Amino acid sequence: MSDKTLYSYTGLFDTPDEIIKAANQVAKDGYKKFDVHTPYPVHGMDKAMKLGSSPLGYVALVLGLGGALLALGIIYFMVVVDYPVIIGGKPYFAFPAFVPILFEVTVLLASVGTVAAMLFFLFKFPNNAHPLHDTDYLKATSCDKYGISIQAEDAKFDEAGISGYFESLGAKSITPIYLDNEEINTKHKVLEPKFIGFLVVVFIIVSGATYISLNKLMIIPPFSWMMEQEKVVPQESFSVFKNERGMQQPVQGTVARGLIPYAFKGKPEEAGKFLVNPLVPTKDILAEGKNKFEVFCSPCHGNLGEGDSRLRGHFPNPPSLHSEKVRQWTDGRIYHVITDGQNVMPGYTSQMTREERWATVLYIRALQRSQNAKESDLL
Amino acid sequence: MSEVKVDYTKKEFPPILSKVGLILTLVGLVLVVLAYSVDHTRSAFNNLILLMFLTSIGLGSLFLVALEYVMGNVWSVPFRRIVEFLGAVLLILPLVFIPIYFNLHDLFHWTHQEAVEADKILKGKAPYLNEQFFIIRAVVFFGLWILFYLFIQRNSQKQDETVDQKLTTRNIRISAFFMPIFALSLTFAAIDWMMSLEPHWFSTIFGVYYFSGTVLTALAAATFLIIYLNEKGYLLKNLVSDHYYSLGALMFAFTNFWAYIAFSQFLLIWYANMPEETFFFINRMEGNWVYVSIALIFVRFAIPYFALLSQPSKMDPKRLKFVSLWILFAHMVDLYWLIMPTFSKDSFVFGWIELAFPILAYGILILVFSIKAKNKNLVPIGDPKLIRGINFRL
Ligand code: HEC
Repeated sequence: MSDKTLYSYTGLFDTPDEIIKAANQVAKDGYKKFDVHTPYPVHGMDKAMKLGSSPLGYVALVLGLGGALLALGIIYFMVVVDYPVIIGGKPYFAFPAFVPILFEVTVLLASVGTVAAMLFFLFKFPNNAHPLHDTDYLKATSCDKYGISIQAEDAKFDEAGISGYFESLGAKSITPIYLDNEEINTKHKVLEPKFIGFLVVVFIIVSGATYISLNKLMIIPPFSWMMEQEKVVPQESFSVFKNERGMQQPVQGTVARGLIPYAFKGKPEEAGKFLVNPLVPTKDILAEGKNKFEVFCSPCHGNLGEGDSRLRGHFPNPPSLHSEKVRQWTDGRIYHVITDGQNVMPGYTSQMTREERWATVLYIRALQRSQNAKESDLL
Repeated sequence: MSEVKVDYTKKEFPPILSKVGLILTLVGLVLVVLAYSVDHTRSAFNNLILLMFLTSIGLGSLFLVALEYVMGNVWSVPFRRIVEFLGAVLLILPLVFIPIYFNLHDLFHWTHQEAVEADKILKGKAPYLNEQFFIIRAVVFFGLWILFYLFIQRNSQKQDETVDQKLTTRNIRISAFFMPIFALSLTFAAIDWMMSLEPHWFSTIFGVYYFSGTVLTALAAATFLIIYLNEKGYLLKNLVSDHYYSLGALMFAFTNFWAYIAFSQFLLIWYANMPEETFFFINRMEGNWVYVSIALIFVRFAIPYFALLSQPSKMDPKRLKFVSLWILFAHMVDLYWLIMPTFSKDSFVFGWIELAFPILAYGILILVFSIKAKNKNLVPIGDPKLIRGINFRL
């Protein structure tokens, strides 16, 4: 026996009350290096063992604050320094918008970091052997007994008297626990080559698998079928055509489906002469024209077309649509302004369909009549 | 664990409490009458703060009691009676509402017929926001709250003598009925009495905002009284730090909840940047109101948050008493921030009138509680869950 090294003496108890009392006594007698093992958490044990509060709270606090600062730094670098984009008219450094992300990162770092700190610093991971493992003592305390183990390292530990001490506590079965040879002089293994090697292997496997699946696997059939589809995508070469371009000009003399080219580009007078409004002013069409006018035209021309822009000087105020000139214009002439633009006013071909443009013209006609009503217009 | 017996003896209630309550109420009443004669518009706005504050305590307490029944909580049973007594504030609310009824025109823009006629939006809201319906709603709210309060507390007190478990079952049913009614009435009360001060403004989260403050304030009032009475030996002797911890943790949680809701409201309005919503915050961020807004973040969130952050602080009776008093103060600041900018847009006002109403508020609180608690058991000694509640450990 004596050639083995003593780790601790253990004693078993039958009830939670007894173990609390015993733990209380052991702590009171000045023992520091002892531990209690119970089948389930026993309330009041922290107090009985005179345990201080866990350092993990501070780890969580520091990591949480660190997480918040880190996230703030990253966001700041990304959206203010490296790639500033105005989003929603907000300043680059739009703090309220960052808060949800700051919050998330704070929680993430605090929780993951706390668990990691617990594993590596308190549980000494990757060490996984403990002298108490596989002892009858631990088997009993994970079943229906409550035990105390006082370590031989403790300053007050006295091998001769310890059995008697346990008896005085009222312990039932008192056993010494010896260290296995491999458990002697175990250091924390975090920096051991084996463990670091293990981490390196894990790193290589994970990153290798990611690399292969994204860069190699995707171009091997059948995984490649998704990428290599029988169609021409923009900017691609295509051997069927003589010039080998995927994107071709329309054939001479044809137009794309649904496209009707505008024949009077830059020719307002001719447009006024030859274009005829295909629509008749029904209630629906006027309603449609009103809608489009208020969406597209009123910001500059005002709701009644009087040129009282709502843009408050951010754009040159347009002339009134009720001028003698515009009232004399044909529908086609007004249509031309909407389609082709006029000086600083842009054209609206891409925003409004032809029908919508003609409907807007009809609505302008209605507006003009409303502002210059004749007696015959009254019912 | 050893069996715990219910070791409660009814004690003469501290007369000092009712005396303090009475004095505060009388002083408050005199000041309030004075305030009304000096500046009745400003007083009416302060009266509204008073109403919302007392509603928070009364309704919040009733909610906490109902919550205990519905969820079958055991930890809070030993001091449920305290929370019940606080709910009695609901009985006073109609009285507090009367001066508001007589000053509707000073408070609410939408009560002016000609303003509504000239305003398309107000006209659209008129079917809801009109004086008759407003009063009807208020009466219905008060009626429902008081009714539920009377039912629940009568059953609970009857149990002290009869020790009849059926009373608990009955209260569970009543509480379950109360929950949706609570949610709706609290939301609409918040909309009616506070949000409609700016009748053009709307925030869909407003009811939740008021709810978070309400529960927090009721909790704080209860926590203070529980610890105070427990230290003076009026409650059971077996209350332990686990009970305190639960109260502290709940206050901590609701402090966070308030911040979460308040920030959500701000973030969405700030981000969408729609003029019909942003003016609420612009009013509070211009002039010296901005100082109140910034102070609110600290008063309502940061200070109680850090005061309760660590584990031991949630069980420390001294800390808990301080934080609960602080939260009662913070709720006043919050209500001031919500209500007063409508009265004085350009800069905040603070004078003796703003002090008169809180004095009355605390006077009413203490007085109502001590009248209610006099000659009554402060512990629900007939409750079947009491022993388990005493044995509660985290
Ligand atoms: C961005 C502002 C803006 C918008 C939007 C706008 N316009 Fe204009 N519009 C102008 C300005 C500026 C002029 C005057 C251009 C010039 O200098 O000749 C003008 C001129 C016109 C004229 C000719 C008036 C004249 O007396 O020469 C017509 C007709 C007209 N707009 C119709 C429309 C219609 C219809 C729409 C909606 C589809 C529209 N505009 C949208 C700014 C705008």
